[in-house]
Amino acid sequence: MPRDLSVRLGSLHLPNPLIAASGCFGYGLEYEEVADLASLGGVCVKGLFMTEREGHSPPRIVETPAGMINAIGLQGIGVHRFVQEKLPLLRERGARVFVNVCGTTIDEYVEVTKVLTDAGGVAAIELNISCPNIKEGGIQFGCSLVGTSAVVAAVRKATHLPVIPKLTPNVTDVASFARAAEDAGADAVSLVNTFLAMAIDVETRRPTITNVLGGLSGPAIRPIAVRMVWECAREVKIPIIGMGGITDARDAVEFILAGATAVQIGTANFVDPFVWTKVLAGLEDYLDRHNVERLAELIGAFDPTPPKAVHA
Amino acid sequence: MSPIDVDATVIANRRLSRDYNVLTLAAPEVGARTIAGQFVMVRPAEMTETLLRRPFSVFEIIRDPAGRPTAISILNKRAGRTTNRLYETESGERIACLGPLGRPYTAVPGPAEAWMVAGGVGLAPFATLAEALASTRIPTTLFYGARSDRELFHLEFFERLGVTLVLTTEDGSRGERGRVTAPLDRALVGRSPGSIMVYACGPEPMLAAVSGIAARHRQPCEVSVERTMGCGLGGCYSCVIKVRHDAQPHFVRSCIAGPVFDGAAIVWD
Repeated sequence: MPRDLSVRLGSLHLPNPLIAASGCFGYGLEYEEVADLASLGGVCVKGLFMTEREGHSPPRIVETPAGMINAIGLQGIGVHRFVQEKLPLLRERGARVFVNVCGTTIDEYVEVTKVLTDAGGVAAIELNISCPNIKEGGIQFGCSLVGTSAVVAAVRKATHLPVIPKLTPNVTDVASFARAAEDAGADAVSLVNTFLAMAIDVETRRPTITNVLGGLSGPAIRPIAVRMVWECAREVKIPIIGMGGITDARDAVEFILAGATAVQIGTANFVDPFVWTKVLAGLEDYLDRHNVERLAELIGAFDPTPPKAVHA
Repeated sequence: MSPIDVDATVIANRRLSRDYNVLTLAAPEVGARTIAGQFVMVRPAEMTETLLRRPFSVFEIIRDPAGRPTAISILNKRAGRTTNRLYETESGERIACLGPLGRPYTAVPGPAEAWMVAGGVGLAPFATLAEALASTRIPTTLFYGARSDRELFHLEFFERLGVTLVLTTEDGSRGERGRVTAPLDRALVGRSPGSIMVYACGPEPMLAAVSGIAARHRQPCEVSVERTMGCGLGGCYSCVIKVRHDAQPHFVRSCIAGPVFDGAAIVWD
């Protein structure tokens, strides 16, 4: 029996809950030979400022247990080149385009958003207020309730598109940030961005990546991300896009049960660019096995009844 | 051609030394698509603590008597967890193998000689390139430097193809003592500009030196670089290298803009 994987993210209707995570999927077009962009719920492209950025000097990543630390530094082509060179092709391929919007000031977030809104063909604005790897902008807003509110409110006024701030886990109480975002007019929140982290090369006593600090992603962070999604789901009414170390359908379902309406996959796409079809098939299988008709029924369906003690 | 992902069975693991081995993988579909200089992203299927695949040049394309690819091999050097694991791998194990990826070496323009310059594990792309060059009957030389005689591999293969060998070792145990760039520099003296295509692969200081030598002798030079890579498909922006476009150098992704670059365009660290 055909299962319905579609979800509603505010005013957006997605055929399935899988969205390629920003910074992990280039501008989408890099993957068109291995993934049908239209078959994804959405494609969230790499973070964009008003102008081009070079990013940090390599090495930019290091592998860590069940994860990786990155400090790319938001290398990017800037919003104007994106609108001219990438957006028309993404639209042609039928992708639902989420754009990760960056800024060093609130004005820049607003300006980038306006350019994207005027261009047409963008599905949603994801506000990057959580990148741990750049000195100015981003996380300085995401680590302050006042800053989060201010960015969301300003961008909210500048566009009719859904506004989805991406929250950082590098705060004491992430749910309070979800609440601030909702109160300021956000249509949804996405979480989590990476955890600020560090790995030392003990042979040389030097950093493993040029930026010294970077963001930890991958399965290593998944249980913490699930907890944070659950905390936010209890705090706000707006939909949540959950992410953090999802590698298969089981992981995706875990986030959805915790309260996510949609999920993003990032690091796992580096390991397996064919992950999308595998997770979609796995979701169908899960719905079959549990005799659930619509995936949306699983959103927040976590049952907090304590597990049974297992007797050997 | 589009890359494919093959859950490849290990057919053989030839341990060449304490650090080097050649893994033969049942990935004929990848072999059939590969052009010399391209790479694959591999990962032992059961590894869980390290996630990412590691990039390897396609070392050999193994063919049946009819010329159809039956497998590929990769030349591995132990450098970390995944490469250690690949050294220990046994026949019958599974290795996820994604490829071919990246921009290959380009053909020699016109009647010219091809000189390949390899340092250590940088030999990896030159077996397939030598085969491609042999089929065009272009005179080909391999300048090949290693730490010692024990780490000079595959020499008979190149000799059989008619490749002229110029060997160097750091300890002088075979060929000239010292770096491979010394005989390369001497051999280029007096050659007419643009008559020799130089292909290089090896550690970056060597590639920088080879690029400089080729430029000084006004010979074209392509280098294959290896930067710490995440995905191999352009998604993560990890493996960037500074390349001159017009006047201004920019970081470009070595997985999709490379790994083969015009040596003269790279801004070396």
